[in-house]
Amino acid sequence: MTAQPRTEFEASLQRQGSSWTRTTTEGFADAVADAVVEPAVATDLSEWGLDFGDAPVTVDPTPAELLEATTGVAGVTTGIASYGTLAIPSDAKGTEPVSLYPERHVAVVRESDVVADVQAGLDRVAEEFDAEPGSVVFATGASSTGDMGALVSGVHGPKQVHVVVVEDR
Amino acid sequence: MSAERRLKAERIRHLLETERDAIRENTTHMNRQRYDAIERFERYEASREAARAIKEDAIERLPELIDRVRESVEANGGTVYVAEDAADANRYITEVTAEKGAETLVKSKSMTSEELEVNEALETAGVDVYETDLGEFVIQVAGEAPSHLVGPSLHKSTAAIAELFNAHFEPDEPLETAEELTNFARDYLLEYIVEADVGMTGANFVLADSGTVVLVTNEGNARKSAVTPDTHVAVAGVEKILPSIDDLAPFTELIGRAATGQEFPQYLTMLSPPVDSPPLDFESDVPLSEAEGDRDFHLVLVDNGRMEMREDPQLRETLYCIRCGACANTCANFQHVGGHAFGGETYTGGIATGWEAGVHGLDSAAEFNDLCTGCSRCVNACPVKIDIPWINTVVRDRINRGEDAELDWLVEGLTPDAEPGGMDLGKRFFGNFGTVARLGSATAPLSNWVANAGPARALAERVLGIDRRRDLPRFERQTLRAWFDARGGAAVPAGDADREAVLYADPYTDHVQVDRGKAAVRVLEALGVHVRIPEVPESGRAPLSQGMVATAGERASEVYRSLVEHVDAGRDVVVIEPSDLAMFRQEYEKFLPEASFERLGEASYEVMEYVYGLLGEGADAGELADGRGEAVAYHSHCQQRTLGLDAYTEAVLDDLGFDVVTSSVECCGMAGSFGYKSEYYELSMDVGGDLQSEFAAHPDREIVASGTSCIEQLDALFDDGTRHPVELLDPGR
Ligand code: SF4
Repeated sequence: MTAQPRTEFEASLQRQGSSWTRTTTEGFADAVADAVVEPAVATDLSEWGLDFGDAPVTVDPTPAELLEATTGVAGVTTGIASYGTLAIPSDAKGTEPVSLYPERHVAVVRESDVVADVQAGLDRVAEEFDAEPGSVVFATGASSTGDMGALVSGVHGPKQVHVVVVEDR
Repeated sequence: MSAERRLKAERIRHLLETERDAIRENTTHMNRQRYDAIERFERYEASREAARAIKEDAIERLPELIDRVRESVEANGGTVYVAEDAADANRYITEVTAEKGAETLVKSKSMTSEELEVNEALETAGVDVYETDLGEFVIQVAGEAPSHLVGPSLHKSTAAIAELFNAHFEPDEPLETAEELTNFARDYLLEYIVEADVGMTGANFVLADSGTVVLVTNEGNARKSAVTPDTHVAVAGVEKILPSIDDLAPFTELIGRAATGQEFPQYLTMLSPPVDSPPLDFESDVPLSEAEGDRDFHLVLVDNGRMEMREDPQLRETLYCIRCGACANTCANFQHVGGHAFGGETYTGGIATGWEAGVHGLDSAAEFNDLCTGCSRCVNACPVKIDIPWINTVVRDRINRGEDAELDWLVEGLTPDAEPGGMDLGKRFFGNFGTVARLGSATAPLSNWVANAGPARALAERVLGIDRRRDLPRFERQTLRAWFDARGGAAVPAGDADREAVLYADPYTDHVQVDRGKAAVRVLEALGVHVRIPEVPESGRAPLSQGMVATAGERASEVYRSLVEHVDAGRDVVVIEPSDLAMFRQEYEKFLPEASFERLGEASYEVMEYVYGLLGEGADAGELADGRGEAVAYHSHCQQRTLGLDAYTEAVLDDLGFDVVTSSVECCGMAGSFGYKSEYYELSMDVGGDLQSEFAAHPDREIVASGTSCIEQLDALFDDGTRHPVELLDPGR
């Protein structure tokens, strides 16, 4: 990844070793096509007005397809600028498993959903919880472990994280 | 050496040989990361304060919060079971698995489930359990117990794990690197995760208002365990409850930093189950969004002694612990022996004493409680500001009180203490060091000859547990106070002085390391201070370190009574021995009325801190010895560093023209009487080895140290004698 970070969010992604691309609604399908390593699966993002177009992804996969996939593309509801953290909702369309099982996670975030810090991110969740308690994972970087005597990335969760920032959403 | 002591010594020797290297490397690495992460975190102190206050409030309101959790979880569609003890929890959990007809269960890391020994209960009930956290998995394969709260397999190197896996799984290609081992374990466990009938997790926090389980992990296994099978059982101690999501923020920013030096955990999972995420049936060909199946969630809240701990004013603080493991990593003894020695049935490290005493009982705590030397290095490391050494001391006191009386008469004459008959004689001896020193000086040099003579050493080893390989302190015939009187008292009359100070003649300075006392007098006088050396009892540090809390409390009152008139007269109290100053400034809070504690604490100074202050107020540094670039290696004292006082010594030496390098190790390994005890002698020397190698790199520097026990240890490690830094400043040197 050669892009220079332009925002604190991107700088945090760079620090944790994640990559990113910026795009718009119009360029979204191309950005996804560039970001995935096949085979790829995705959750539907039409409620955000985003269309996968010709991108080589299986939208709404079966569990078996999920298990076979190298890349999982899924939307995250909040980005936290200070740590480059992504809020992955545990929803009925399977955002959680699609972000978790494949080796590469392509996270889609609407730029308007990027907030400054953890407190702001938790405040958003708190607001949702007031209406109805839900479930969300704050993910920061790739999964890792030191349990085998040295730091290794990619354990039960993804080894690489790539973030697609949609500027006009 | 008694049989018990010998067994303990052997066990420690074995761990030093087998597990030390891996533990040392891992804890050192985590410490480095932690120090960096905390230094970069501006809100560290504010977050600690906030986290502490939230925990205090939550534990205070615990009964009400438990009811609230039940309401919220049930409203979400889950079930809550409050288990009285381990058997009760295990019974409930096995009932749930039986109802589901479960054959396999995947589990993410949970110390509380270790406390329950739920794996054994499940296996007995015919359920196969797979630990999915890689550290736990290693331990499960090896059939061992976790050696650390955060890194259960911390005592194993990559090579040792490779050997274990290659022998156990016989892979086609032998595994070698950490990456190969990780990939192997992941693929192996994935098969069990996708088939599992039940997923079990712990919980780092439980949010009462929303019925949310919060998990902090890095590997992603807790996410998989919680959402892949349709049934999720979460096990948590009742103390994990926080009122609401609004209380969570400070913990999320502290826990990763304290544990591994990460600014934020990889995965902070907040589940208010049953979750909406589709259960994953890998045989079905229905897309995720159309997956059917009901999810089931059980939260098992475990009491197992915790509600009693809550009623126990001394153990209550333990319930604030977020199990980050920082108190273990920061502990010099832990770095060398790890949790297989420094731990009880379940828990490891400094705070384990509180946990073990609370959930498994005093016997389990007694196994390792003595490994806490009270050095206090963990105090600033704890993200929720638990006074860990105090908990260790209180539990030690309770253990002392539980022992049988036997050879008491042997130390009776030496022990004017308030302790029960029957406590460990060695402890009682060391706890009464003030009296020992008084007798020692009175009969010196005879006492030194006798004490070091073969038969006496053998007796001391057998009865008191004092290791024969240690040099004993040499008592001086003329005490500091006798010398001071003999020279006619103060050289600077009160009328001519800018300040008046009381020099606190602790038993070591008064009877053993008299030279540092003389130097302190001359230095203070050179800076225009009128000095007095009244008779003041031992501070209570010695008994406290042996867990003799009542005796320490008596000493505190006596010390206060003898110093208060001086404080009232506007005199400063100057203390040479850092562990005594730490008593005045910290532990006395537990013993004295608040106003008295504050009064004495505010009037007391460590000697080099005091010199620093005098120079800052314009005293003439030219009256002190000039360093002229002299090269010194300085080791400050553990408690001195916890109080942040080491910087004064460095600054003064620097100002006076000394060229100073300072040690970076946590502790010299001696830690008061610890290194004298025969069962701990080798560990003490092993810990000292770190300091030895640091200073061996500077053979041309004179070694100076602030603490008595550090000086004794350095004397054992190096040939040239070690002095106190104030001796370098002595104009009469
Ligand atoms: S006592 Fe403090 S430092 Fe030790 S594990 Fe608990 S929270 Fe961490």
